[in-house]
Amino acid sequence: MAGDPNLQTTEKLILELTKIGASVIELGIPFSDPVADGATIQRAGERALRSGIGVEEILKTVSDVRKQGCETPIILFSYFNPILQFGLKIFVKKAKESGADGILVTDLVPEEAEDFHALLRAEDLSLITLAAPTSGDERLKKIVALADGFVYAVSRAGVTGARTDLSSEAENLVSRLRKITDLPIAVGFGISTTEQVAEVWRYADAAVVGSAIVAEMMRLAPNQQEVEDDFVEKIGKFAENLLPK
Amino acid sequence: MDFQPNERGYWGEFGGQFVPETLMSPLEELTGAYFAARDDADFQAEFLQLLKDFSGRPTPLFHAKRLSETLGGAQIYLKREDLNHTGSHKINNAIGQILLARKMGKKRIIAETGAGQHGVATATVCALYGLECVVYMGAEDVRRQALNVFRMKLLGAEVREVDAGAKTLKDAINEALRDWVTNVDSTYYLLGSALGPHPYPLMVRNFQSVIGREAREQILEKTDDLPDCLIACVGGGSNSIGLFYPFLTDENIRMIGVEAGGKSNNLGEHAARFNKAGGGRIGVLQGTKSFLLQDERGQIALTHSISAGLDYASVGPEHAFLQSIGRVEYASANDEEALNAFQVLSQTEGIIPALESAHGIAHVLKIAPEMSPNETIIVNLSGRGDKDVNQVQEMLEKI
Repeated sequence: MAGDPNLQTTEKLILELTKIGASVIELGIPFSDPVADGATIQRAGERALRSGIGVEEILKTVSDVRKQGCETPIILFSYFNPILQFGLKIFVKKAKESGADGILVTDLVPEEAEDFHALLRAEDLSLITLAAPTSGDERLKKIVALADGFVYAVSRAGVTGARTDLSSEAENLVSRLRKITDLPIAVGFGISTTEQVAEVWRYADAAVVGSAIVAEMMRLAPNQQEVEDDFVEKIGKFAENLLPK
Repeated sequence: MDFQPNERGYWGEFGGQFVPETLMSPLEELTGAYFAARDDADFQAEFLQLLKDFSGRPTPLFHAKRLSETLGGAQIYLKREDLNHTGSHKINNAIGQILLARKMGKKRIIAETGAGQHGVATATVCALYGLECVVYMGAEDVRRQALNVFRMKLLGAEVREVDAGAKTLKDAINEALRDWVTNVDSTYYLLGSALGPHPYPLMVRNFQSVIGREAREQILEKTDDLPDCLIACVGGGSNSIGLFYPFLTDENIRMIGVEAGGKSNNLGEHAARFNKAGGGRIGVLQGTKSFLLQDERGQIALTHSISAGLDYASVGPEHAFLQSIGRVEYASANDEEALNAFQVLSQTEGIIPALESAHGIAHVLKIAPEMSPNETIIVNLSGRGDKDVNQVQEMLEKI
């Protein structure tokens, strides 16, 4: 989540995660009412909002890491209202200028995404669409038709956040998606351990780990004002340890 | 104009389905089930029978003669939704949706509640059919509506307190949506107002429009004429759209929705979504595009109202549409005006209104004196005030 604990740290973390080999970095734009997120991301969003940051400052952070040589794809993720209020056209223009690669909007399903998708495509930015285990075959076709870069498969019905076991639904969903697309498929929601990452890698192209890293950040920096010098390094180690050997 | 949304649930530019992908299939299933039920004579007959036998409908249309005389203007008629079983109009929608949930084979019901009236109505219909019931309620609302919390528990529901944001209705809806997205297979989300993603705004309006259909028949019977003006309070907007909808095509009838003016016009101190100076702008929240109270960065603002049922940052999309085309006017009554109306109605008619409904009465107090005694107003008395008596006592003692 951009701005948690603060934007300077976010910038350093992006560079650190690049160094340990993240293939894509998902960077959250906080929203006051994140209905698809569990308690961890909710709290991170609240912390980020308390510091008063918004889209403008977060895009500045993206352009700062690009200036420092970071070439890892950066996907912004948020809810529709903060983007809508910023202005869809201006958002797309500024996101492009910043060096971001795409955006995932949690509450924007294909039916509502047409205009935004066209604007993004015109600037060669990706709209990352979500496929869920509940999505029927007709819906999966719509989702894949808009997808760009990769398809994000939601591992199970539910909100983001750690789960002890990974359901078989994820693997089923990935095989259904394979039949209709050649795009890489990332699996996310609830992945928090090395074992789960290894399991996902067996059938999908990438595992998305969000809440686990965010939770570790909150554990190490419970007070946003006091972030220790080795914080970024520790988070890097934590993320690295999630990678199967 | 027929005031029907398009197939994606839009009235003009308002409405739609802005939800996580996981909820799209359940919403499609719900839409299909609802349209089938709407066109099914047996379903409609069962619905009307329960409204009659279980809730006591039709509710009376009462000529408030003393209030009319005191104000010296229009003749005021109260649509007595407070006389429904459970004490408010919320039961109309709860009955409709519980029948739908049963048809869909759902065993677990969840709901959000603000003032607790919808939570009580949902707990009631769940008890009636022996279904598991979980109600989400903001911690602030739990505090100020303690009586309703106890009623829900008594009816066998589990009340889950929500400790996020302003701890009111919006936060309860967020938690209910999170529950639904996690338990889609087993669970039916019984949303209580004309808001949220399609088909809820349409479905809730249609279940609530029994209010307006009855009122229309009753006023014709009593006065041999249609009313000149309709007034109702607007939180999410279900009691008001229920009254207004059957009259929308009668162009000469003036309609006024009354929002909560709260403490002041400053963002965070009211719940008047159509108040542009107060921070109301078009946006997307909780599944629908409508007018929202938000800051310049699109973060949803805190809201305030003396009445928990009106204390909400968004408004049903059909209201946003009716406002945009000028068919319905939207006004606001502040905390003080509502508190005054609460007492005035109690003392002139012997009817203690819910604090929500008192906002509608407050607007009647403003405009009735300017109208002629030959004109009529129907105001929706959406709920009774028993639940608010303790809170009002505390507030009056402070003054």
